[in-house]
Amino acid sequence: MLNSRRLALFHCWVAFGAFLPAVLLGAWQMLMRSPLPAPLDDPGAYYASVTLHGTVMAYVITTFFAMGFGYAVAATSLGRPLRGAAAAWAGFVICLVGTAMAAATVVAGKASVLYTFYPPLLASPWYYLGAFLLVAGSMVWVVLMVVNMVGWKRDNPERPVPLAMFAITATALLWAWAAAGVEIELVGILLPRAFGWSDLIDAGLGRTLFSVTLHAIVYFWLMPAYIAFYTLVPQAAGGRLYSDTMGRLTFIMFLVFSLPVGMHHLFADPEHGSGFKFLQSFLTFLIALPTLLTVFSITASLEIAGRHRGGRGLLGWIATLPWEEPMVLAVALSLVMLGFGGFGGLINMSYAMNMMIHNTSWVTAHFHLIFGGAVVIMYFAIAYEMWPRITGKPLRSKALARWQLWLWFWGMLITTIPWHIAGLMGQPRRIAIFDYSLPLVARMASLVNISVIGGFILLVSAILLITVLVRSHFGERSVTEPLRYALAVNPPRQVPASLNGFALWNAIVLVLMIVAYGYPIGQFFFLKSHSAPAVEVTSQSAAAGVQ
Amino acid sequence: LADALHPASNVEVVDPRTLHLAGEFVESNLGTAIEPDGSATVRLVAVQYDFVPNCVQVPVNTPVKFRLTSADVVHGFLLPDTNVNTMVVPGFVAEVRTRFAQTGEYEMPCHEFCGLGHHAMWTRVRVVPVAQFPTEAPQQRTSCAEQ
Repeated sequence: MLNSRRLALFHCWVAFGAFLPAVLLGAWQMLMRSPLPAPLDDPGAYYASVTLHGTVMAYVITTFFAMGFGYAVAATSLGRPLRGAAAAWAGFVICLVGTAMAAATVVAGKASVLYTFYPPLLASPWYYLGAFLLVAGSMVWVVLMVVNMVGWKRDNPERPVPLAMFAITATALLWAWAAAGVEIELVGILLPRAFGWSDLIDAGLGRTLFSVTLHAIVYFWLMPAYIAFYTLVPQAAGGRLYSDTMGRLTFIMFLVFSLPVGMHHLFADPEHGSGFKFLQSFLTFLIALPTLLTVFSITASLEIAGRHRGGRGLLGWIATLPWEEPMVLAVALSLVMLGFGGFGGLINMSYAMNMMIHNTSWVTAHFHLIFGGAVVIMYFAIAYEMWPRITGKPLRSKALARWQLWLWFWGMLITTIPWHIAGLMGQPRRIAIFDYSLPLVARMASLVNISVIGGFILLVSAILLITVLVRSHFGERSVTEPLRYALAVNPPRQVPASLNGFALWNAIVLVLMIVAYGYPIGQFFFLKSHSAPAVEVTSQSAAAGVQ
Repeated sequence: LADALHPASNVEVVDPRTLHLAGEFVESNLGTAIEPDGSATVRLVAVQYDFVPNCVQVPVNTPVKFRLTSADVVHGFLLPDTNVNTMVVPGFVAEVRTRFAQTGEYEMPCHEFCGLGHHAMWTRVRVVPVAQFPTEAPQQRTSCAEQ
């Protein structure tokens, strides 16, 4: 992996090092909100824990993993050393300082506002500053991905950019667009108020800016998994990618379609009219296209591999796939979870059906299945694929890795299926303590207990992950094989400029964002809406609630 | 059905700092009002960590309009088993309409994180027969909150 080896290793270890405690917090939260007894039975600790769990899972793990994976992809897919390695290390340090600052503030109990902030609730400025630094530091990575892709194109004018590099650059650009919403909210609204330079907070504007980041941030989390689908899975299965062009189209569609849709998180908000809600609901349906294209392409690629290995008949190729490979097992489990989670997502994104489940456990179940399930299980598989290349030592062991993947899969299903049902029954999200004597809540008790079991299976799986990765650092140095990407059935010799760069697509994103968000954001400047005083989250306010 | 399909999208501003002083959301105007056409309007203010009033009653088989706003932070309003589900954002009035087909009592949680006492924020909506609903004083606002 040339000079990106240590970069990839350090980034991934920060990601997985933060992952285990975040899963532990998640498991404790499930116990806390269940009828079962929980250690440290304190609602204040619960909300701090939810904030830390969300911040670590949504910002820290995903950002560090995408950066580390990106550096590895840039060096290996382009076949030359990464340009700007010094800047990459500087970005790493900025992100690490931001992470430490935000985490320490949450642990100190000064920032229990959840990772989605909820202004006019107000946390300590150090939490917002930490989050800002983490996102700002990752912009160094965005620039480096673009610099490396553009530099390679200049030196290789006749050749198409390798699909893996094209896709990771799309991921970086998507993140730059998506992060703009939360960065503007932090710089324009939250940091000035937290430092005492401003007085009031416009809650509606804050929520709308954050919605720019949600939902696209989810696709920033998801795209490394899709890169593995297209470039690593067919190789691990011993076959070829069905179509290189479909891969390029998929990543372009993610870049274009995942941005002007965040208002589907605001369907139930009174500060927006039905017109723009309906428009963004419609646009949201378009994001299903690249996923459907991917499910088709990957299944076709696996079929090519299975038939190449001697599989016959309509489904006989499935049995001949190399299921002992973690990457092949992971993609199958991932697609099942993507199916369940995607079905729930169709309900969430529907303008009218969303009202049945808005802000209930259904939504929590949906994004745990998609992100915590379908996406994260591919992060595991990518780590298992990269580790031997980074350390030069074999994975210890593939059998343990398969156990880890299966436990994650079953843990996630056992956790989220009861959440879906409880959500339909009206169980609200983000509640530290449920009063199980209320008739409405009592009906959900057994569902909640089942999901607790799933939570602890997930915890066991996370411990296994760390065990496999740590053990793989110790052993005989024997692996020299580089990271290889799948060849397409028809490898592209030349592709049109539009499928080899992003200028056109960035322009289209800009137009779509102006159409989708111009008025919804602009309205706050002529609507004469009223801002509200900020409300600090302190232990004093908790005491008021208990009375 | 059209009412049930539409989330609150009325984009109606209100000043959260002066709710208690004048206008629609002064304390004496909260609770359930019966309109001249026989429909019911329920006005509620969400605050950390309660709804005011924290128990409302509405007549069965009658068009009901909920109008809600917040005096401090973002809250949520959810009637389980119905399509009544809205965010309550300071600075805006959220209006949702429904009609209850059966009598009974709904436990109504605040469904958005509103601070460290969020879990304590539950209220009740009681659906009662029309005959049981006071009609003699249409100007009066009713609730079932304990005084």
